[in-house]
Amino acid sequence: MSLAPAGRATPIVSARDLRVNYGDREVLHGVDFDVTQGETVVILGGSGSGKSTLLRTLVGLEKPSSGEVRVKGADLANATARELDAIRKRIGLSFQGGALIGSMTVGENIALPLLEHSDLEPSTIEVMVRIKLEQVGLSGFEHFSPSQLSGGMKKRAAIARALAMDPEILFFDEPSAGLDPIMAAGIDDLILNLKKAYAMSIIVVTHELASAFLIADRIILIDRGAILAIGPAKEIQQSAQPRVRQFLDRIADSSADDEVDHLRMYTEGI
Amino acid sequence: MFPTRPILRSSAAIELLGRIGADAERTLAYLGGLATLIGKTSAALFSSPLKRGRSLQRAVHQATIVGVQAIPIVTLITFFVGVIIALQGAYGLQRLGAMHLVAGLVAISITRELGPLVAAIVVIGRSGSAFAAEIGAMRVSEELDALKTMALNPIDFLVAPKLAAMAIMLPCLTIWSDLMGVMGGALFGVAGAGFTLGGYFIATREALALRDVTTGIAKSLVFGIVITAVGCYEGFTTSADAEGVGRSTTSAVVISILLVVLIDLMFTYLFYFARLGV
Repeated sequence: MSLAPAGRATPIVSARDLRVNYGDREVLHGVDFDVTQGETVVILGGSGSGKSTLLRTLVGLEKPSSGEVRVKGADLANATARELDAIRKRIGLSFQGGALIGSMTVGENIALPLLEHSDLEPSTIEVMVRIKLEQVGLSGFEHFSPSQLSGGMKKRAAIARALAMDPEILFFDEPSAGLDPIMAAGIDDLILNLKKAYAMSIIVVTHELASAFLIADRIILIDRGAILAIGPAKEIQQSAQPRVRQFLDRIADSSADDEVDHLRMYTEGI
Repeated sequence: MFPTRPILRSSAAIELLGRIGADAERTLAYLGGLATLIGKTSAALFSSPLKRGRSLQRAVHQATIVGVQAIPIVTLITFFVGVIIALQGAYGLQRLGAMHLVAGLVAISITRELGPLVAAIVVIGRSGSAFAAEIGAMRVSEELDALKTMALNPIDFLVAPKLAAMAIMLPCLTIWSDLMGVMGGALFGVAGAGFTLGGYFIATREALALRDVTTGIAKSLVFGIVITAVGCYEGFTTSADAEGVGRSTTSAVVISILLVVLIDLMFTYLFYFARLGV
């Protein structure tokens, strides 16, 4: 079980014995991994496994209670607000529900980070917005308000916004959750295209198996707040570890475990 | 003989004390939260004072919603309040044969008290609640997190323009509501108390000292800051469900009204004993 593929450059994202608490409850129990430049890593796990918390910690929305998380070499837990902002300008995050600012049009949403963090001319920004929208297949939607878009379109618009600053690392939170299979496949294709077109590192959090094996270079399988398996997608697919098999073959937990998981589902986020 | 019994004999009394303590702690924590929010927002306003065109644009946009769009309803309400004060006053003054004092009565009650208070309550209903709903909904839909991950501070981005708009527009609305209240009084003065319109305004001016108006405006500035802080704070602390937004909106209105009245009381008390306004 290797943390990172051998013989590659310094990691762009790394976690060392990462622990996160919500109140008294520890939801991540010491997670270690590296993501190298240009790699697509899928963090795969069930509901309440801690994968969303892991994502939130990687972008600095949650503080680790102990351990270390580094993005582009900077320690997020001890970064000042300014350092954190500097890192955040180099990353993009596409939220599960899109999280487009409802009071702005789609175009304004994508223009927002450019307007705030660059000195580009408005006409240049307008062109960039159009390019980003075209990349995600939403040409001509810049004047729509987010509430006029379907779920899949919102996700695409959110990806366009995440791409606005040409990030070095692109994060996705459940990119295909809540979409019909065709829409979900469309988002997978989009991620694959981005992977091909740019040299950026992509980190995807999902519970969709098909999507994970399609887009991942490496998979981190997370279960009950700890890493269950980590490795190239193919290796994970052929894993013989019982718990991994159970997840991949979609076998329900025994009822005792089920209850604990069920409770955990309700207490997630508290 | 008094029966000798320990003061905290029953566990119910201990529990009551405990509850009072817990409530006091929560209240202090809430006020602390408001103060922190006001502090951070002021810091944002003064350290990078709307220097970038877009922040100014957002503040102007907020000022339009908070102030300009409130003019019709403030006009209507304070005008009627002016009429009501004149009618209520006339009821007593008539018996004393002092109807000519009605202009002064209206002028002083409106400028010192009702103008600022009614303007504040209208703004709480229109904007304090809207702040809580807007920010609360943004929290629920992860928009606040989205702002953070785009390296945009929600306080700079959302609260600062609102605070600037409110601190400027509520005093302006108060001046307007003072004027409209006096106009309401004038309607009764002319129609029911034998004033000419000109005579009514002269009587108003003679009854008023400048500080009647300025203390009202000073109060309204503080009201504006508190209403913004409560609305935004309620939004930021919304629990992550749809009901939560409704609850925050309600709390924003109730707590704002309570705080505005308490601050009003404090101001009035201070002015009274400082003999500033007497």
